[in-house]
Amino acid sequence: MTAALETPIIAQDLVKRFGRFTAVDHVSLRIARGEIVGFLGPNGAGKSTVIRMLCGLLRPTEGRAVVAGIDVAHDPEGVREHIGYMSQKFSLYTDLTVGENLRFFGGIYRVPHALLAERIRFSVEMAGLTGREDHLVSTLAGGWKQRLALGCAILHRPPILFLDEPTSGVDPESRRRFWDLIHALAAEGITVLVTTHYMDEAEYCHRVALIDRGRLIDMASPGALKKRKLGGDLLVLECDPIGAAVTALQEAPGVGDVAVFGNALHLLVEDATAALSTLPDHLARRGVAVARIERIEPTIEDVFVQLVGTSSAGQGTRP
Amino acid sequence: MFERIWHMLVKEFIQLKRDRWARFRLIVPPLVQMLVFGYAATFEVYHVPTVVLDRDHSQESRELISRFSFSDRFRVVKIARSDAEVEDAINRSDAALAIVVHAGFAELLLKGQSAPLQVIVDGTNSNTALIALGYLNLIVQQYAADYGADLLRRGVGAPGAGIVQVGIEQRPWYNADLNGRWFFVPGVVGSLTLVLVVSLTASAIVREREIGTLEQIMVTPIRPAEYILGKTVPFFIIGLAEVALVALFGTLWFGVPFVGSPLILLLGTCLFLLSTLGLGLLISTLSKTQQQAFAANFFVLNPMFTLSGFAFPIASMPEPLQWLSYLNPLSYYLVVIRATFLKGVGLDALWPDLIGMTLLGSLLLGISILRFRKSLD
Repeated sequence: MTAALETPIIAQDLVKRFGRFTAVDHVSLRIARGEIVGFLGPNGAGKSTVIRMLCGLLRPTEGRAVVAGIDVAHDPEGVREHIGYMSQKFSLYTDLTVGENLRFFGGIYRVPHALLAERIRFSVEMAGLTGREDHLVSTLAGGWKQRLALGCAILHRPPILFLDEPTSGVDPESRRRFWDLIHALAAEGITVLVTTHYMDEAEYCHRVALIDRGRLIDMASPGALKKRKLGGDLLVLECDPIGAAVTALQEAPGVGDVAVFGNALHLLVEDATAALSTLPDHLARRGVAVARIERIEPTIEDVFVQLVGTSSAGQGTRP
Repeated sequence: MFERIWHMLVKEFIQLKRDRWARFRLIVPPLVQMLVFGYAATFEVYHVPTVVLDRDHSQESRELISRFSFSDRFRVVKIARSDAEVEDAINRSDAALAIVVHAGFAELLLKGQSAPLQVIVDGTNSNTALIALGYLNLIVQQYAADYGADLLRRGVGAPGAGIVQVGIEQRPWYNADLNGRWFFVPGVVGSLTLVLVVSLTASAIVREREIGTLEQIMVTPIRPAEYILGKTVPFFIIGLAEVALVALFGTLWFGVPFVGSPLILLLGTCLFLLSTLGLGLLISTLSKTQQQAFAANFFVLNPMFTLSGFAFPIASMPEPLQWLSYLNPLSYYLVVIRATFLKGVGLDALWPDLIGMTLLGSLLLGISILRFRKSLD
């Protein structure tokens, strides 16, 4: 059981086929307690299908899912005591009020009566819906609905949360608030698996799993992913004269590719800190005046596009 | 277990309370249908549009025709002047019946000979045609009897003339008319309940599947049996209320007698509802969208209705169709409901139908619960 507590989500070679179409192709992953893991990938990549198998909503064609230490295929209802789930599509009852939805799901999760009022108050506050308990859900704006759905999903204080595109169609301010909530939950030890197709949201995750055409291409922290793909750190250098700088950099230690980018140079270096301390002197000795040298962040979007570009070569077509 | 079902019930009834269209659907169409069936679905024939061609122009022929004009069974819509006009009236459906009095009609009557009267009837609706002919016969025979009696009294004409069927036997055929409404009103209670409960149950679950709330529910620890009970018990209650409403309306408005035991009707209704809920649930597991469910309802309910004995006697159907009626819960329920309304018989007569509904209900519910577990995949 301790192993289950430390690694609440385990997928072993999960495969899901719908007829001849393979939606999920041998996905294996282990997620630690308190981790926020983001599934990043284009629409139809299989992100939701993995989550639905982990929740026991879909039966895997092959492989095994162990969630909260329970084999999902053996005891789906047992697993569901420990998980909260927000589906891609908003799926609370829009013809019920905020309070009625919360009381209904609280009842279905059998939250003890003594605790329910306090939990509902917490969820209402968290969603910013105080004073709107009697409003019909159909009258709420998108961001409120999403936060209410999250509030419903955590009524039974699940140690594991599955969030499938929780912020799609929500304005940026609401998205930021939503992620603040998720970080607050993770800080309390809740494990969060979230899918998104917003590249910037990947930066909020502890680890990112890149998924394309049903396959897990890579899984690491956002920083490590970018570094791994580029094979080092990226620096920008503004200097004069540029021609001399290029020659000088070719004989500098620890510098890889050098590319002219407008009136600046982009350098790929093995280690940014080392390069930043040695390169200015190296260049100065060769008569190059450095106006600006600093590390820049490649975006995860660049990494993703490149990774997908490499992995899709020679793959079959999708419907 | 009961706690979750209770929360499901609360939710369902709140939703029903908010859904004005659903409330309307539960009350107005059943009452309208009851009114329509009560007034329209009857074997009685009144005001048959009739065209008349009188070639005799005698006092006798006018007297005969006036008897049709004064009868509420017939309505003379046209006095024709030629065969072509008669044919035209029938073809255009202006008239369903034509009476042609040939020249020499009065002369033959006076001689005491058989005076032929030509009657043309539109056989498109064979039932109406047969019944109209029956009334026509009645009027003509009455006329003949009166005419014969008159001749005798006046002592004119040939001896023995006009002694034609004086006594007309009152046939049960006409009595059956009186009971047409009594026959249909209890039947309407059964068929309305079938249609309402099956379609409401199916669409309630398919709607949750369509809008995604079913998935949200399925990812909670609720067990399939709890969900199914939570979803069907409201319609069980609604079904009982519906039967009570429509049956009360039928007895109070149309004066259909209720001579049997309400308890037996309640028992029969409960057993019948098991089948209808099972059927609705089965349709919901086979349908992904409400349109599909609607099409499936139509496909299943129409033959059930036709083969139930609601309007057409099962005994007159070809044998294979009679076997099918054994698989039709409505045919059992109609027996129970008509028997409790009109005959007042008890369990000793109705137990085979009650057992039939129990078996069908268990089978349908069992299959749909098993199918429901898999239906998320």
